[in-house]
Amino acid sequence: MSQLFPIKVTVNGTVYEREVEPRLLLSDFIRHDLGLFGTHVGCEHGMCGACTILFDGEPVRSCLIFAVQATGHEIRTVESLGSPEHLHPLQEAFHEKHGLQCGFCTPGILMTVVPFLEQHPHPSEDEIREAIDGNICRCTGYEKIIESVQAASEKMSSGKQ
Amino acid sequence: MKPAQFDYYAPASIEEALDKLAELGYDGKVLAGGQSLVAAMNFRMARPPALVDLNNIPELSYIKPTADGGLAIGSMTRVYAVEHSPEVIKRFPLLPEVAHFIGHAQIRRRGSFGGAIAHADPSGQLPGIAKVMNANCLIRSKGKEDRWVNASDLIIGPFMTVIEYEDLLTEVVLPPNPPRTGSSYQQVARQNGGYALAATASVLTLDENNHCKSVRVILMGVGEMPILSNKVEEILVGHEPTEEAFKEIGEAVQSEIDPATDLNGTAEYRRDLIRVLVPRSLALSFDRAKKGS
Repeated sequence: MSQLFPIKVTVNGTVYEREVEPRLLLSDFIRHDLGLFGTHVGCEHGMCGACTILFDGEPVRSCLIFAVQATGHEIRTVESLGSPEHLHPLQEAFHEKHGLQCGFCTPGILMTVVPFLEQHPHPSEDEIREAIDGNICRCTGYEKIIESVQAASEKMSSGKQ
Repeated sequence: MKPAQFDYYAPASIEEALDKLAELGYDGKVLAGGQSLVAAMNFRMARPPALVDLNNIPELSYIKPTADGGLAIGSMTRVYAVEHSPEVIKRFPLLPEVAHFIGHAQIRRRGSFGGAIAHADPSGQLPGIAKVMNANCLIRSKGKEDRWVNASDLIIGPFMTVIEYEDLLTEVVLPPNPPRTGSSYQQVARQNGGYALAATASVLTLDENNHCKSVRVILMGVGEMPILSNKVEEILVGHEPTEEAFKEIGEAVQSEIDPATDLNGTAEYRRDLIRVLVPRSLALSFDRAKKGS
């Protein structure tokens, strides 16, 4: 085993201090070391988008970052959005509009769409399609996902008024 | 664990990074945005013994106007930051136009401008765009004088550049475009964010009579590295750009390209794409040059 590096990383508001091998991917750190299984791991080479998380507020692939690189940074995963009792408006919309079937791609899509809706509170269909073009879904054909994002944008912007 | 074991170094300054690269020699590999390298390491196609991570060196991320009206871009500036920089949008609208097609927004948030050029992926957009924009690259290494290398001399083959193991690409300088310059990018890919089967960009400058003063065309995805066309200058410079001339160029550049056949498309198909995309890009650049943008 190669040298261990101490890291201190904030995930969903909680500070974690761990020791990691440099080759440990951030996606595996989140799942295996922290037990946050909401972040899914699909292709592990940046194509599928399932492992998308927020890194200092920016949506990135957690499979293309090493855990050691996250030290001093702030991570948000899907677990930060809502609880089963109190879903985030985006999760509510996906529930209501059937924006998921198997659910494998959903955490990555949610974490992509959260910052997108902050920047585009009233997105067009084209803008939504482009926003999620880095996330592969093999079930829905995307139509329901787009409807869900539209519904979420309405919910979230009316909630702000 | 997916990648093979490696030693990890995270220098906090350029000087520290150069020291470490000099010390590691052939064992050292620069980790920039990691959007190509980490994927290759996950497959163990790449097994660098040691990584020198540039992500903790803030002095490598900047977009600064140069005295002559160009821009200097630090090599670790994220592609997303370049894409959305007002300075870039104003001076080099070609860059945001191209960046839009590079991977996906999540990849561009992390991927670096300099890293993409230094990686010299023949299917990547930025190495070719650096060439067509006549970019100059600053290469630094410990104990050697700083070197300025034009993007055309930087890339010497697929995934190959003149950047040595102990070297670091620290800055890319884009020279200003003269007035009445138009540029544009065209590509065909199988899906959004996918590698282009073929792509081209052109930068065209007009004189006061609407004749072509200078023109550069890059051909991408159709050879072992991005190809800067010579034919286009022969045909167009000093003449009035016409649709016929653009078509002629689409034909003439066929002798300059050497596309491959793979599961995504045949060589013949890629030639057809270039035949169509080059005139399209030139016509758009011509139009934009006339409008003075």
